Amino acid sequence: MTKNVAKGNNKKLAVKLLFAVVGMFAFGFALVPLYDVICDITGLNGKTGGRVEVAEAGQLIEEDREVTVQFIAHQNVEMGWEFKPSANQMRVKPGEVHVVHYRVSNPRDTLMVGQAIPSVAPNAAAGHLNKIECFCFAEQPLQAGETVDMALRFFVDPRLPEEITKLTLSYTLYDITEKSKTAAVASR
Amino acid sequence: MSSAAIDHAHDHDHHHGPAKGITRWLFTTNHKDIGTLYLWFSFAMFLLGGTFALVIRAELFQPGLQFVDPNFFNQMTTMHGLVMVFGAVMPAFVGLANWMIPLMIGAPDMALPRMNNWSFWILPFAFLLMVSTLFMEGGGPNFGWTFYAPLSTTYAPDSVTYFIFAVHIMGASSIMGAINVIATILNMRAPGMTLMKMPLFVWTWLITAYLLIAVMPVLAGVVTMMLFDIHFGTSFFNAAGGGDPVLFQHLFWFFGHPEVYIMILPAFGIVSAIIPTFARKRLFGYDSMVYATASIAFLSFIVWAHHMFTVGMPLAGQLFFMYATMLIAVPTGVKVFNWVATMFRGAMTFETPMLFAIAFVVLFTIGGFTGVMLAITPADFQYHDTYFVVAHFHYVLVPGAVFSLMAAAYYWLPKWTGYMYDETLGKLHFWMSFVGVNLLFFPQHFLGLAGMPRRIPDYALQFANFNWISSVGAFLFGFSQLILLLVVIKCIRGGKKATAQVWEGAQGLEWTVPSPAPYHTFETPPDPSLIKAQ
Repeated sequence: MTKNVAKGNNKKLAVKLLFAVVGMFAFGFALVPLYDVICDITGLNGKTGGRVEVAEAGQLIEEDREVTVQFIAHQNVEMGWEFKPSANQMRVKPGEVHVVHYRVSNPRDTLMVGQAIPSVAPNAAAGHLNKIECFCFAEQPLQAGETVDMALRFFVDPRLPEEITKLTLSYTLYDITEKSKTAAVASR
Repeated sequence: MSSAAIDHAHDHDHHHGPAKGITRWLFTTNHKDIGTLYLWFSFAMFLLGGTFALVIRAELFQPGLQFVDPNFFNQMTTMHGLVMVFGAVMPAFVGLANWMIPLMIGAPDMALPRMNNWSFWILPFAFLLMVSTLFMEGGGPNFGWTFYAPLSTTYAPDSVTYFIFAVHIMGASSIMGAINVIATILNMRAPGMTLMKMPLFVWTWLITAYLLIAVMPVLAGVVTMMLFDIHFGTSFFNAAGGGDPVLFQHLFWFFGHPEVYIMILPAFGIVSAIIPTFARKRLFGYDSMVYATASIAFLSFIVWAHHMFTVGMPLAGQLFFMYATMLIAVPTGVKVFNWVATMFRGAMTFETPMLFAIAFVVLFTIGGFTGVMLAITPADFQYHDTYFVVAHFHYVLVPGAVFSLMAAAYYWLPKWTGYMYDETLGKLHFWMSFVGVNLLFFPQHFLGLAGMPRRIPDYALQFANFNWISSVGAFLFGFSQLILLLVVIKCIRGGKKATAQVWEGAQGLEWTVPSPAPYHTFETPPDPSLIKAQ
């Protein structure tokens, strides 16, 4: 009798613990969006936000303040492209809209697809660099030998903390030719 | 102790000894058989992982590339880590849990014996899968045991999929083992065995099992995400697709830090059993030991980012993880002081288990101190990924966890086999291991402080001397483990008969059954008067 009771208890406890296991497995996956949210709030890893509407831009320009924005462009693995901003740095007033062009060219003899991923340093400034238009919002397919000037239209949010006088916007270009090929096949 | 009262196995006709032949081991649901299987398996993995380590040390004996090419060297560092962590240390503790927990709490067997069989028998297949990758085209995993993305995704060898499935299987094995341990401890204790009367080995395993249940599924999730990234075009860790490789490190270490306590908490339990026996005193501060173990387990969940201070973290984050990490030194210190206080003015004798246990206390504390050094964020920027880190975690894992396992093996071997082991050989094994392990790992502190990075097959000339010493120590330590094998085999074959109590100062239910422990024990619960407060 007692043996059967013990057996039942063991099964019950094992099932409960199994639920905990499944819960922790799900929690592991839940950490992925949670991480993105935390990065969004804190600017961790220099993640910038998505597209900002033009109406929001240019409403207020702080005339008596200037910050330096530096532009860096590099390629993740040597993919053989040229990738360069039109200016290395700019003095901008918060609220003012500016444009920088990044020249990319594909000197290879095949079509390649690139994807630029931004990162801003210091982290605290990441949420205050607003992009109205950016080549990083889309994949960039380049035919063999093609050269394109890609535009980045941005403004620095006037709410940028006072102590930050210089921020660096870095783009890393990734070769996603293979990936977009399989995606294209899949979508067909 | 009246062993006759407990030795009642022949009273009932449905009680029988083990089946004969290979099927005994394949189909066994007996906790002692399964414990034995786990222990032999982990010893085999210990020798295999040790062989990988000797390849590493042979290559590093002199500067320049001698024996293996860098890619194979990387496979060796990776496989050494994986085999030792998941194949040697963890299964060894599970084996001890299987053998000893039912004996210690007066239970007839583990709570879920069939699952117990399953959780052991999937392990050899997991490791077969993993080790077989070494013979595949492109080689085995070469990205370090921490398998950081994108090294383990975008740039991984093709065999990575085998590695992922192997991790899934060993994770399932650990989780089943943990569920079994919890169910056994919570449901199967003999009448009178209250929670606060349980031996500390049982307590530490209960807490370890909860840690396993909390973090092994996260590890399974991480490798599943890797699988998706590699084969199904997702971008969990792929920056080009909007993912983040740093996320991998957060997820991995959310598992990884509790994991290191999974490998050390049962060791604390073993040492807390052995030191009182040979000091012939009660354990000092039993209650504080239990609370300290629970505190360490709790803290293990909020310190993971100290493994990744250099990824770029806000100052507030760095400070939080630094202070939280340092806080762990407090409950750990409580334990060390309790062990020392237990020995203080005790009638100590120095049999082999005690030698290993004392060496554990001293050498583990050295590893603990270097851990506090590494916790200091600004200093960590210098030490990160150097041999100083290698020296640190080997001090806590080898003369820490592994020494405790050896202490446990010598301590309970007479109970398992019924014979006393060869004390002279045991002491020889201890002293050779002790000298070997310090020669092996102590110079690595200096190498790291001088700037030698980890996971490299070649190094600058100024590191030559310490590497030479370290390699000599490695071979001394490695080959002296064969003495342990010899001792165990000799002890199984015969020797001086062991009494039920074995050790003069031994306390606890496992010493009330005869030696060797009968195939079935505590089919009727032990007399509550045998259960004493710790």
